[in-house]
Amino acid sequence: MAKPSPDTSIKEFSPWTDPDEKPLIRFKNVTKRFGDFVAIDDLTLDIYTREFFALLGPSGCGKTTMMRMLAGFETVTEGTIELAGQDIAAVPPNQRAVNMMFQSYALFPHLSVYENIAFGLRRDKLPKDKIDARVTEMLKLVRLEKFARRKPHQISGGQRQRVALARSLAKGPKLLLLDEPLGALDKKLRQDTQFELMDIQETTGTTFVIVTHDQEEAMTVASRVAVMDEGRIIQVATPGGIYEGPNSVYVADFIGDVNIITGKAKAAGPDKYFVDWGGNQAPILATSERPFTDGQECHLAIRPEKISITKEKPEEAENAVQGKVLDIAYLGNLSTYHVELPGGQIIKAQTANTRRLSRRNITWEDPVWIRWNATAGVLLAE
Amino acid sequence: MRRFAMIAVPYTWLVALFLIPFLIVFKISLSDAALAIPPYAPTMKDGFTALIQGLDFENFVFLTTDDLYYKAYLSSLKIALISTVLTLLVGYPIAYSMARAPEEWRATLMMLVILPFWTSFLIRVYAWIGILSNEGLLNQLLMWLGVISEPLTILNTNIAVYIGIVYTYLPFMILPIYAALDRMDDSLIEAAEDLGCSRMSAFWLVTVPLSKNGIIAGCFLVFIPALGEFVIPSLLGGSGTLMIGKVLFEEFFNNRDWPVASAVAVILLLILIVPIVLFQRNQQKQAEAEG
Repeated sequence: MAKPSPDTSIKEFSPWTDPDEKPLIRFKNVTKRFGDFVAIDDLTLDIYTREFFALLGPSGCGKTTMMRMLAGFETVTEGTIELAGQDIAAVPPNQRAVNMMFQSYALFPHLSVYENIAFGLRRDKLPKDKIDARVTEMLKLVRLEKFARRKPHQISGGQRQRVALARSLAKGPKLLLLDEPLGALDKKLRQDTQFELMDIQETTGTTFVIVTHDQEEAMTVASRVAVMDEGRIIQVATPGGIYEGPNSVYVADFIGDVNIITGKAKAAGPDKYFVDWGGNQAPILATSERPFTDGQECHLAIRPEKISITKEKPEEAENAVQGKVLDIAYLGNLSTYHVELPGGQIIKAQTANTRRLSRRNITWEDPVWIRWNATAGVLLAE
Repeated sequence: MRRFAMIAVPYTWLVALFLIPFLIVFKISLSDAALAIPPYAPTMKDGFTALIQGLDFENFVFLTTDDLYYKAYLSSLKIALISTVLTLLVGYPIAYSMARAPEEWRATLMMLVILPFWTSFLIRVYAWIGILSNEGLLNQLLMWLGVISEPLTILNTNIAVYIGIVYTYLPFMILPIYAALDRMDDSLIEAAEDLGCSRMSAFWLVTVPLSKNGIIAGCFLVFIPALGEFVIPSLLGGSGTLMIGKVLFEEFFNNRDWPVASAVAVILLLILIVPIVLFQRNQQKQAEAEG
């Protein structure tokens, strides 16, 4: 998470909770059609100044279309997009205070790194010394001073990515769009670059909108994440909010690993429900702020790391089920146990490998108990 | 050994079909015209020593004394240069729109560019006589439309030669430029616009520089053959059209002066070597930049 979560800091960054705050970007009932295909479906969204906003979704969900509409490369079929209170429909891309970092980087191969970064500044007819100062500043920001005279094909992929970033930031845009900015980098470099992006975003104070299909990336860098599917936004929340409080099975499933237990709800006290999920199994106790009527179908989403696994029957557990270890996925720092319940359902439980592998006491085919608290999961209607 | 064999094949080809013929032509250019078969002396029949002693640079000296030749060279250079520029002006927009055309159309458009090659070059140039002559299709159309009242004299002028060269060599200009534009990433244009370029300046600042190699290749592919062009000026040009290819033809067939004709050819080759070397360098630089 880019910013401290709400309960650790009082002066946390959350303009979306302040009703007086004016959004920098406002999508109002935006629809975009390509022929019969609806790419964006009646979408409304506010993005605030200095936010690092991630659009997350599978390919074809419309996230790139949204970004291209912000940049001005696609027109809006219905609805309006406002930038700082102004409708930008009529503003051509070259006059928007918006810059974009392209997925392919789109560096000009015939120009040096320096000239690539200076490209936008030269279009503004700035005096030579100002351009030079700004380019030098940008080169320093992305630590590429030594490569100013190289051509794009003479530097590495990671360096090219930084040139593209510097070029798109050079004009000091109000809004920077990043289209899968780290997609072409290998995993290790991607992780380093994520933190670098966050630093640069904080240093420059620019509003960033990033498009990605990599949920880890979105969770790491963003102040808020919008999960999209089929042209609609399913949920907008902080990374913590999305992970801990998904509003649908789709979001719960899309972000991270999750167990979904489907059953019928039955009231069990204030904000508490029993989930009746199988003939001879005891109902599961779960808390939910969302109300459910008796007999309503519901889905309990529990993250594997919130389920603990033991060989002995736990005492005083709110929910405990016996099962058999079907599979163990060893991830180094973590192990995920796939536990088969008597009804045939498979539940994943994850534990940190605090002991060495040779001393692990649970193995394949072992009968085990899994347990979790009533507050561990989220009860979802759909 | 296998590698040597691989290289040997093209080199044998070049030696047999280019170097040896060139040496023969060069040898003839050093001979004197004679009423004989072949129409020059000395030949191998005179014996090797006599052959060597009989060779001199007389014909090359002769070329400098008659201003017809240097005027023909200059005029050829001028015509080749102007028609190369004209071909570029016509060919670039065609290549550009081909590269911007929808994917499924491109193969058809490419086909249309290459299609004229299926007909004899000579017939296609003859067809232009029918179009450009005083009673030709163009004049009839313009008079019918009322644009002109008197037929325009186009045939047998340099204008007809330009039209002929532009028409004939257009595919050689289009194809390399198209190849360069087709390879270009569209997001570069979007990036340029995003950074504040208008459509027009994005074209000049990004598209043109990135198609530079295609433009250079196309220009050489037109300029080099146009310089020695013979058929087009003799069919479409008039008495005022002076081109070295025509002079060469006349020396060879009308005057039967093989040695002077050969000297003209050798000089033409020397003039052509300059652009060919430049062209090779450009190709090499391009390969390095991409590698």
